[in-house]
Order: sequence, then structure tokens, then C-alpha cells
Amino acid sequence: MKYKRLTEVLKSLLTSTLLLASTGALAQQAKPIKIGFVTFLSGPAAGPFGVPAKVAAEAIVESLNAGSAPPPYNSKGFGGSPLELVVIDEAGGATKQVSEYRNLVERQGVDFVIGYISSGDCLAVAPVAEEMKKLTVLFDCGTPRVFEEASYKYVFRTRPHATMDAVAAALYLLEKSPTTKTYGGINQNYAWGQDSWSDFSSAMAVLKPQVQITSSQMPKLGAGQYGAEISALLGTNSDVIHSSLWGGDLEAFMVQAGPRGLFKKSQLVLVAGEPYLHRLGPNIPDGTIVGARGTHGVFAPDSALNNWLKSIYKAKTKFEPNYPAYSVALGILGLKSAYEAAKLKKLSSSIPMGENKGVKEEMEKAYALGASQEEVIAAFEGLSFQSPSGRMRMALGKGHQAISGTAYGTTKLVNGQVTVVNIRQYPAESVQPPEGTASLAWIKSGMKAKK
Amino acid sequence: MLAQVPAILIDGVMAASMMFIIAVGLTLIYGVMKILNVAHGSLYALGAYTAATFAGLWLSGGHAPLGSYAVLVASAIVVGLVTGPVIERGLLRFMYGRDEIVLVLVTYAVFLVLEDLTKLVFGVDPLLVAEPYGLLGNLDIGPLTYPTYSVALIGVALIVGAVLAFVINKTKAGKMLRAVIHDREMSAAVGINVARVYLVTFTVGAMLAALGGALTAPTTSVQPGIGAEKIVLAFAIVVIGGLGSLGGAALGALIVGIVQAAAVHWKPELELFSVYIVMAIVLIVRPKGLFAIPEARKI
Repeated sequence: MKYKRLTEVLKSLLTSTLLLASTGALAQQAKPIKIGFVTFLSGPAAGPFGVPAKVAAEAIVESLNAGSAPPPYNSKGFGGSPLELVVIDEAGGATKQVSEYRNLVERQGVDFVIGYISSGDCLAVAPVAEEMKKLTVLFDCGTPRVFEEASYKYVFRTRPHATMDAVAAALYLLEKSPTTKTYGGINQNYAWGQDSWSDFSSAMAVLKPQVQITSSQMPKLGAGQYGAEISALLGTNSDVIHSSLWGGDLEAFMVQAGPRGLFKKSQLVLVAGEPYLHRLGPNIPDGTIVGARGTHGVFAPDSALNNWLKSIYKAKTKFEPNYPAYSVALGILGLKSAYEAAKLKKLSSSIPMGENKGVKEEMEKAYALGASQEEVIAAFEGLSFQSPSGRMRMALGKGHQAISGTAYGTTKLVNGQVTVVNIRQYPAESVQPPEGTASLAWIKSGMKAKK
Repeated sequence: MLAQVPAILIDGVMAASMMFIIAVGLTLIYGVMKILNVAHGSLYALGAYTAATFAGLWLSGGHAPLGSYAVLVASAIVVGLVTGPVIERGLLRFMYGRDEIVLVLVTYAVFLVLEDLTKLVFGVDPLLVAEPYGLLGNLDIGPLTYPTYSVALIGVALIVGAVLAFVINKTKAGKMLRAVIHDREMSAAVGINVARVYLVTFTVGAMLAALGGALTAPTTSVQPGIGAEKIVLAFAIVVIGGLGSLGGAALGALIVGIVQAAAVHWKPELELFSVYIVMAIVLIVRPKGLFAIPEARKI
């Protein structure tokens, strides 16, 4: 028994050493891993989301290929195999993305796909990934419908879905302003805005049923002008204004609503406001409740991984990484964790313990082969991995959907700089439904945390 | 419900003033040159980006904040003076006499090129230069507060409309312009320099698109895609008003602005479709728009 355990320990040590020592001859033989990376390079989502995601992906891949990431990601590439990115523009709608996806798999011959910021694109591409049997990591889209309405073998999402953004916003708001009686909303008229409003208003109805909705404004994506919406919201005298606006739309709304006194009348809740704090500066009023769609940005833990992401991103842009950059890190590091776990398992089982000859040859053979897609999928399901945003657990969607805690805070202008104070962390189970329960049903049933 | 009518009218007129400045350039180019200029949206975006960039530089350089308004207008003039002649002389003049659909496709190609060029020059990050928006203070109208800048834009739209109406109806240049509108060949036969009329018209149209962008820039976040957004709305306005009609552009902008504001106040879920519902109704009743210019019958 003791001998068996010792054998296992030895095997693990040998294989781990081999993975980490990937600068050697074995790594040089390793075949590059081609990753299709899909993000917005044009259109309104390119500036705030798509391009920062691309910059982050390139910075992370460069750092991983150089083996300069901190542990546990300090092996080169994926288990010694260098990474190559094939970047594709996500703009153009779901139909175009399905064609682009097929091109990536059939013509470009990518090994994995990481991508998709738009919820619509995620919903369209997931069944195609399943049909084409290609491991695909959704890195940023928020809709809970991906794994609540379907079950996938080849699709994973390494960031939590959007339900927690709305639920935590409602919890934070009622902790900060328990006397809230009325609220209105301004959200973009597409899946993200509609879901955000629906989840937030449902959570508010559960947490404080007597609170009244005054107005729900749904301007179209990229509208840019909100004069009438601001007049309508001013006319309601709401205690609170909820908004999931992002990018230029959020900035335009803030610039237009501030001078008209909307924020003097109403407490503002910005579900996705954190990445714009430094840009908006004095245009964002003190006391605004802001989130970052997870423990990203100012809410990220102080860790070597977080510092690494900040330094490699700033080296390319001179700016702090925003939450899409953190989401990309989750996607790539999650896949790396799964790949290396699968390879480690394969290597360990390939070592012919008890024989004196052929150990090196057998390991080299196994190493050169790398982990198969099926092995990576098996390792990915239910995986728990470290990231710059803290620990992610693939706990929903039969082990394909990540969960994590989230955080909210309040803005405060200090020496001309917008800071976030009164940060409150929410554990994963308190803001996300348990496995097998749809988000909206869970919210409406009282948002009970799993015991 | 009726209590919201004043706010609807004010919001509607403010939105209409911005949209009129853009749409009037589009309708002017169509009226004279019979070109449905899809690139108008890109010229709007180029005006917005240029104005935001130079106004930002002006303000960060510590110059008098009020001077930023001159920078906005100057940016629009420069964009119009550069892009107008380049597009008209460099490309469109080779296409005259071809089918209108071909010209639409040509200007669509220009639109795509300019969109990418804008991204190449200005990047994809949104530009935010809000200082000129708040510089003039606020006005209280009833229970609501409005930035004086938005009220001033109504004045700018009125001035643009009045100047154009005066030039077209009361000057020699306007008479030549109207002659070209009615019959290009006959105008050329009587000695009017049609090529110059086309060049000036397209340049003025480009300038108006850029002016719309430049004056909108301080009120919003200038980001990729704003051109496409505006050209769709400008098309709806000129179609409602009647292609080529100055008065039609004014009325179309007013209808679109007020209908959108009414939808936002009364039925926010209809706001997305409201403009197109109105456009469909107008086209059913008057297929050429409310103020379509009667065409001279040619023998």
C-alpha cells in the first residue's frame, strides 16, 4: 500500500517537473496550439470591450509563451506547447459569427476557440460548437440562458453569468439605502439590457416587495442621445435609477444627465460602471453604486496573478485592465488549467513504473502527443482554477459554467480621482442559483443560498 | 399623460434641431446631384471625431473655454473642405449619368472606407469632450432643467435652415442651383458651370454633415459606429419630408424628434420602432414624402 502511494507521488513529481521544465528539448518539439479568438474589433463594443480583450489576450499569450506568468501558470504555453492566436472580428451579428466559427474550425484548423462578448453570439455559436465537436470557451457574454436552456459537452464559460450582477446590485442598494421606495431604469434594448432590468426588478420585488417601479427606459444600443429619456426619468422623481448601460452609451448618458440634475434627485446604480470611472472623472457623482460584473478591476484581490495581469496589460496600453481584460484572463487560464491537468493525467498514466527501461521514451511520446480534446473536456468539467479575479469554480451547467463571488462599491472623488469605497463582497452561492435551477425562477423563489 | 406634452415638445424640438443639421445636407446633395449619399454618415462621424479631438486639445492646452465653440465649427468646415472636393472630384464625377443605385453603392463603398479610416486615425476608444456642453449653464423650463447648449442648437438649426433657404431662393447662385436641379443638361447649355455647382453642393453637404457631428460631439461619447446610426435616422427624415426638399427635411426632423420623444414618455417599448412606423404611414399616404419636389416633365 505504502509502495503504491510512493509510486503515485513519484509519478506526480516526475510529470509536474516535466511540465514546468518545458524550456527543454521536449518543449521545443511540442506542436503549437492554435486558438481562435473572437472579439469585437469594430462597432460600438470594440472600444470598451473588444479591443481591450484582444490586447489582453495577446499580452497573456505572449507572457505564457515566454513562461513569465506567476505560478501556477509558469509553464510555457499550454503544458509546453506554444500558443498561436487567430483573431476574428465579432461584429456583424449572430449569422455572420456562425459562418466565421465554421471557417475557424474547418479552414483555419484551430485547436480551441475562445471568444464572444455578445450574448446573442454565444447563444448562436454554442450549438454549432457542439455540432462541430470543438472545445469552445465563452469568455465574456452574460446571458444565463446558455446553460440553463441547453446542455453542452464542448462549450464552457469561464466567467459567471449575469444574474449575479443584478442580484448583488439589489442587495447592495437595499443595504445602502433601505428606505428606497421607488426606482426607474435605463437599459439598452437588447438581451443584456433587458435581462439586467428583468433580473434587477425581480430581485427588488423579492427583497422589498413594496418598492414601486416608476419607469423603464429602453433606448436602442448606440443611441447616443438620451434627452427625452432623461426628461422622462426626471419626471418620475425616482429614489433610484438602475442602469446597465456600457461603453459610449453610458458615457453619453452620464454627460447628458449630470447637468440636468438627475443624479441630485436619484441614487444611481451602474451595474457595469467600474471600467468607466477614470474616463468619466467628475461626470460621475459621488455615492454612485458601481459594479464590475465580478471581482475584476478595483474589486480584484491583491495577488501575484492580478499584479501580473495589470503589469502586462499596462505595458501595452498604459491603462489598468478593465473587466473584459479580466474575462479574457479567465478564459485563457481556465483552458490552460484544464489542458495541463489533462496532460498531467496522461503523462502520469504513461509512466511505466516498475521497469528500468523506456521511461524517458514513453514520457517523450506522451508529451509530444499532448492532451486530446476529450481529455481536456474531462479535466475542464467541474474544474476549480486560480485567476487574477480570484478562484473560479466550474460549478453550474454540469461543470461547464463558472461561478465566483462578486462585489459592489460606492464612488468617492478623492483629490480629483474617482475611487470606490464601502466595497461589499458577495459569496458565489448568495448571488447565483444552484445547479439545475433557472436564474429567474431562483430569484422569484426568494434567492435562497444552497446549504 | 397630458402633463408630459410640454416636455415631449421641448425634447422633440431639441432632438429635431440636431437631426435637421445632418439631414439637410443629405437632402441638398440628393436634390441637386440625385445622389443618395450613404457616406454622409461617415462625414458626420469624421466631423465629430475631428471636433472632439481638437476641442480636447484646445481645452487641455489651457485656452479660453469659450473658444472651444469656434474650434468645433472650424473642425466641421475643415472636414467639409477636405473631404467634399476629394470625394466629389476624385470619385463621384466619374460616376455621373449612371444609375442612382450605382451611385448609392459607390457612396456606400466610400462610407466603409471612411469608417475604417476614422478608426485608423482616431482609434476605437470613445472620445469624451463634454466641457462645451456644460459651459453655457442650464435653463429651467417648467419643472425640467435643460442645458443651454441644447437650446442654442435650436438656434443654430434655424440659422442653417434660414441661410440655405435664402441662398437657394434669393440669390443668383441659388437660381443657378435650382436650374441645375430642374435640368442639368439645359443648365449646362445656357452656360452654367454644372461641375462647379456639383462640387460646391457636395462640399456644403459634407460640411453640414460634419457640422452636425461637431456640434453633437460635446453632448455624447464619440465612438465607432455613430455614423451608421445617424445615417439611418437621416434617411428616415428625408424620406418622410421628401427627398431633396429643404422644408421637408425640417418637417421630417420635427416629426421624427417629436414622435420619438412621445414614445419615450408614453410608451418606451415603442421607441425603437416609432420612427419607422411613421415613415411607413407617410409612404403609404404620400409615396414620395410630404414635400417631394415636383419633377419637370421632359419632352
